[in-house]
Amino acid sequence: MRIARFLIIVVAMGLVGLGGFVAYAWESEIDPIDPPQRTAFDPALVKHGADLAAVGNCNVCHTAPGGKVFAGGLALPTPFGTIYATNITPDPETGIGRWSEEAFVRSMREGVDREGNHLYPAFPYDHFTRVTDEDNRALYAYLMTREPVRAETPANELPFPIDQRMVLAGWKLLFFDEGVYEADTAQSQTWNRGAYLAEGLGHCGACHSPRNALGAVRTDAHYAGGESEGWTAYALNADSPAPIPWDVDALTHYLHTGWETRHGVARGPMAPVTQNLGVLPDTEARAIATYVASVMREPTPEKRQRAEALLAAETAHPPGVQVQSAGSQTAPVLPADAQRGAAIYAAACSSCHDAGRPLPYGGLRLDHSTAMYGPTPANPINVILNGLPAPEGERGPIMPGFAGSLDDGQIVDLLAYLRSTFSDRPPWEDPGPLVARLREAGVEAGVYALDSGSAAPANPSKQETTW
Amino acid sequence: MVALTVNGTRHEIEAEPDTPLLYVLRDECHLHGAKYGCGLGQCGACTVIVGGEAVLSCVTPLLLLENKEVTTVEGLGTIEQPGPMQQAFIEEQAAQCGYCIPGMMMRAQALLGRNPAATDGEIRAHMEPNLCRCGTHMRIMAAIRRAGELMQTSGRAASADAPQRAG
Ligand code: FES
Ligand code: FES
Repeated sequence: MRIARFLIIVVAMGLVGLGGFVAYAWESEIDPIDPPQRTAFDPALVKHGADLAAVGNCNVCHTAPGGKVFAGGLALPTPFGTIYATNITPDPETGIGRWSEEAFVRSMREGVDREGNHLYPAFPYDHFTRVTDEDNRALYAYLMTREPVRAETPANELPFPIDQRMVLAGWKLLFFDEGVYEADTAQSQTWNRGAYLAEGLGHCGACHSPRNALGAVRTDAHYAGGESEGWTAYALNADSPAPIPWDVDALTHYLHTGWETRHGVARGPMAPVTQNLGVLPDTEARAIATYVASVMREPTPEKRQRAEALLAAETAHPPGVQVQSAGSQTAPVLPADAQRGAAIYAAACSSCHDAGRPLPYGGLRLDHSTAMYGPTPANPINVILNGLPAPEGERGPIMPGFAGSLDDGQIVDLLAYLRSTFSDRPPWEDPGPLVARLREAGVEAGVYALDSGSAAPANPSKQETTW
Repeated sequence: MVALTVNGTRHEIEAEPDTPLLYVLRDECHLHGAKYGCGLGQCGACTVIVGGEAVLSCVTPLLLLENKEVTTVEGLGTIEQPGPMQQAFIEEQAAQCGYCIPGMMMRAQALLGRNPAATDGEIRAHMEPNLCRCGTHMRIMAAIRRAGELMQTSGRAASADAPQRAG
């Protein structure tokens, strides 16, 4: 009897709770509209929206390989299943043609579609919520004046209960901090512009911050490094592994042109990011650089010392020739795998990477390479396997892939050599399985054509050896 | 000394371990099909097949090839008996100066060897690393498509080293 009553109370409480949750999770539909005429939008607003869309990198996720731009359909693998990017062309049936400006702004700010469904945070509204109404209106004007493309978005492949969008209301309750960017008045205007772009539309933290078990960006580890499409997104905070510390000028150049003399070229999922930023005036790249450099902070004295030693070595010898070792005068004896790797490096890599030919067309000196210092070998593995595909229809940097000529064991040996020779970090732990996995994923996994290197010197074949 | 198999014939090569496969093929094995274009892995003229994969022989050092199987354009057939890839390029007259063509054939062979029914999109994406200065691209595309058809209809020579091994 007592137990029965207890159960009734529990069930009743559960129902009330569920009811409350449903009420909480409920979002209303915003009425559909007739797709607006293209001429209804001010061309200046459309242009502004185009620039903002470039910062947002919208074209990269919302375009399937070989598909029409913004027509969606790209499969986004997540730890929970596959999510398909939606069609954001103004097609009335399959795109956002029937979305009012209000519905668009709400989707950016709150992560809810026109019909009131919660959106998966693969659409990074945890960042886009920071975008101002004014900028959202410009983005809307830009998207609504694109070519409408009829393209049905494939259904997501997610297991129960994650396939229930209601669940996302709970996710938002836990992890979503809604609201427009608030300026930090103690900082400069440029810094604030950069923070607004980086934290909002640019959504840098979506890749460069780690995520928790439920896929939310960890706010306690801002820019501490993350992962994207099989690539490591390096830390952008004080833990930045770059052997030559970044500064505002270097970051500006990198973000605007896709390469930087002592840091290398943007590749993997970062290549389209810099490609997009390159179409904007470089003041935008400089603003982002100003903000990011401040998050990285001034390099520690140790890091500064290491950088100075590397810069001194730059004029003295090619990086692969003399093994650098902290303080000792004799080259250390390499373990067997690294010795085999050294032979591979000398035969296959050295002719470009030790040639002293300047970037972006020459190979980066690997003692300058962040990848050698990275927490995982994912990026060097991807680059060794698939190379760096050239930009389409333009001159630009390129590296051939070695998937056909290096087997997994040879790549593991090469990694052992690279890590021990070009960084002061301990060996990567058992990279074999990762090599096999990334080989399996092939070029499908986040391999993008490089940025065009359009700001590079006009005579790419000129040799400029410095020693 | 490194032992490798080229078009079915075993060779023992005395050369520095960093010697590019391209030089080994041309100077030691006297197979002149693979061409020197850039020597930097940027043009594809030197493409050959190693263990089923298209590789750029100019940036593939001998050191990596111990006991591996290499196929060059000479291994795809003979003048009397061209293989389907060669036959297709002849039928489509897919050459201007011809310098890029052996590399084109070898890269295409690596794809069609796996999947003779590759789509145009797959062919284009796969052929991306190989350049042609003469603008023969449309004929090359047509030849690759035809080679796929020939392989499917004749049921032969999907493998890289058929129909006959040249020495
Ligand atoms: S000669 Fe090998 S890629 Fe150009
Ligand atoms: S036919 Fe002359 S380079 Fe292709």
